[in-house]
Amino acid sequence: MVLELQKPRPIWQIMFSTHHTDVGLLYVITSIAFFFMGGALALGIRAELFLPGAQIITDSMTFNRMFTVHGTTLIFLFLLPFASAVGNYFVPIMIRYKDMAYPKLNAIAFWMIPPGGALIWLGFADFSWYATPPYSAIRAPGPAADMWIFGLKILGVSSVLGAINFIVTILKCKHPDLPLSKVPLLAWSFLTSSMIVLVAIPSFAAALVMLLTDRLGVTGFFDPAKGGDPIAYQHLFWFTFHPEVYVLVIPAIGMMYEIIPRFSRKPIFSHSSGVFAFVVLSIVSFSSWAHHMYATGMSFTEKTVFMIGTLAAVPASGMHVFNFVATMWGARIKFATPMMWSVGGIALFFSAGAGGVANAAMPFDFITHDSYWVVGHFHLFVMGTIAFGSIGFLYYMFPYITGRMYNETAGKIHFIMSFVGTVMVFFTQHVLGLYGMPRRVFDYQPYPEYIIMNQIASVGAMIIGASMLLWLINMIYSAGKGKEANMDDPWGLGGKYYFPYQAKNPHH
Amino acid sequence: MSGHSNWPEWIYVGVVVSLLVYVGAEAWNVERLVEHTPAEAEVIKVVGQQWFWTFEHADGTKEVGELHLKKGQPYKFEITAKDVNHAFNIHDYVILQDAVVGRINTAWFVPDKAGEYPIQCREYCGLLHYNMRGTLIVEE
Repeated sequence: MVLELQKPRPIWQIMFSTHHTDVGLLYVITSIAFFFMGGALALGIRAELFLPGAQIITDSMTFNRMFTVHGTTLIFLFLLPFASAVGNYFVPIMIRYKDMAYPKLNAIAFWMIPPGGALIWLGFADFSWYATPPYSAIRAPGPAADMWIFGLKILGVSSVLGAINFIVTILKCKHPDLPLSKVPLLAWSFLTSSMIVLVAIPSFAAALVMLLTDRLGVTGFFDPAKGGDPIAYQHLFWFTFHPEVYVLVIPAIGMMYEIIPRFSRKPIFSHSSGVFAFVVLSIVSFSSWAHHMYATGMSFTEKTVFMIGTLAAVPASGMHVFNFVATMWGARIKFATPMMWSVGGIALFFSAGAGGVANAAMPFDFITHDSYWVVGHFHLFVMGTIAFGSIGFLYYMFPYITGRMYNETAGKIHFIMSFVGTVMVFFTQHVLGLYGMPRRVFDYQPYPEYIIMNQIASVGAMIIGASMLLWLINMIYSAGKGKEANMDDPWGLGGKYYFPYQAKNPHH
Repeated sequence: MSGHSNWPEWIYVGVVVSLLVYVGAEAWNVERLVEHTPAEAEVIKVVGQQWFWTFEHADGTKEVGELHLKKGQPYKFEITAKDVNHAFNIHDYVILQDAVVGRINTAWFVPDKAGEYPIQCREYCGLLHYNMRGTLIVEE
């Protein structure tokens, strides 16, 4: 089964197509391009922080703009579109339908991403990805800030359109012989994460409009000088973006649910517990948004409620980890590149989750909040878990996209370097936070412990950067000149290789 | 559904839940104790603005950038901001509260060792956020 590019076509045919694999391919290319752009900014940030004082960046405003665009790009222009890419390729196949439910809407949702990305990159705003007022309302320099607001608005609409499409496709277009309980976990992950998008995004959409009118000076929703409340913005923001974390992580776990059983040559330990954990996660994701705001002057009761809401997400996440480990237990595992990325991602997911439990404990949060601990913590999710799952899945999709095999050795080297680099960057950042280094800083005091930790982190980041370059070369070279893949069984896992949901007469 | 027993998963979930209950209960208890401000605490008014800290003692004396306190005396900070949000942070004494325009947030502590401790801003507040520092000087 070859999904894409079996016959080379002119690029405009793919660009104007509404077929789900063509839109999926556009999503892949766009998201990977933005991954490298955002990653380049990260390398700039780490190079600057290698030593105290100004290094390669001469002024703090440029630095502030870099970390803002870095975060915005990698969340909205890499992780989300990449998940949509995978969903576009696999959801219709898994529910046995010819395309997405609304193919034109699907193409429109994709084509909103380039203008959104262009606004963010051409504006290059400075107020960090969470744009908190009153700074963002009264002090952040325009037009960069306004362009960021419009860019995010467009990307938010694109997310909602994509989510509607996934939900309708899965619930209404699945094959009548396929009960919802038997829908593969990757498709389930898109169903649950799309539900979260529909409920979560509107509050941030409202906040963005209010922020824009505040900036125009006609309202004062978040400006205390006009009777507004800046904390209201933070509630609206985190009501969207705490669940959004799950919107990102649930598809990544779904991708691992596809890879782990395949390369373990075993069925998943428990399909029903995977579904259960997805549904529970999608609900409890809404119970924890204000744990980002303990230090804003919340009452003891509020903090207690949101601590409990945060801890409630842990058992369901733990069930996924258990499911993966139980599937691999006693299996004949083939550690090909996609499997290595998935297993590495699970290990880092577990570490990130453990850090999250510590963080949720109220007194500890006052040590870690807005310090480098938090940077390390959420990067273990977004890089260590979600990007690892996504990169592994791109290796897994590679033969199906191109009909060719990537270079396996280069893929393994890519994984090992990235894993080592990720541990070097983000574990040390936890320690930096405990030493008290604030996040979003252009410069730091020349304490020896700050310097050594920042240097370990910067070296780790360069290792990741080098490995990603190797990846890019591997992908581009193999797409044109790689060995032709054995499309029945690209990884030699034994037996006939097929998607059980697609094959009408699977022969084992 | 899949023909094998699920009891290891339930034991595992049980262990996870009991660990979480322990962490939550312990955090609840510690936070309850930490938030109880002693009555004799002296009030220090803290104002953050781009990009420096102003302190006002109970007797009306004002300091900018430096804060002189006495060892062994409990202090209560009343923290606010003038222009945009900041976060008042003395990491060595685990003092961290956002300085929010139009709100007064409180935190208290007892300096128990003489010396100098860095004060910093921990909420992004623009151009010189990284350099919005001060010094706490605890005197005998």
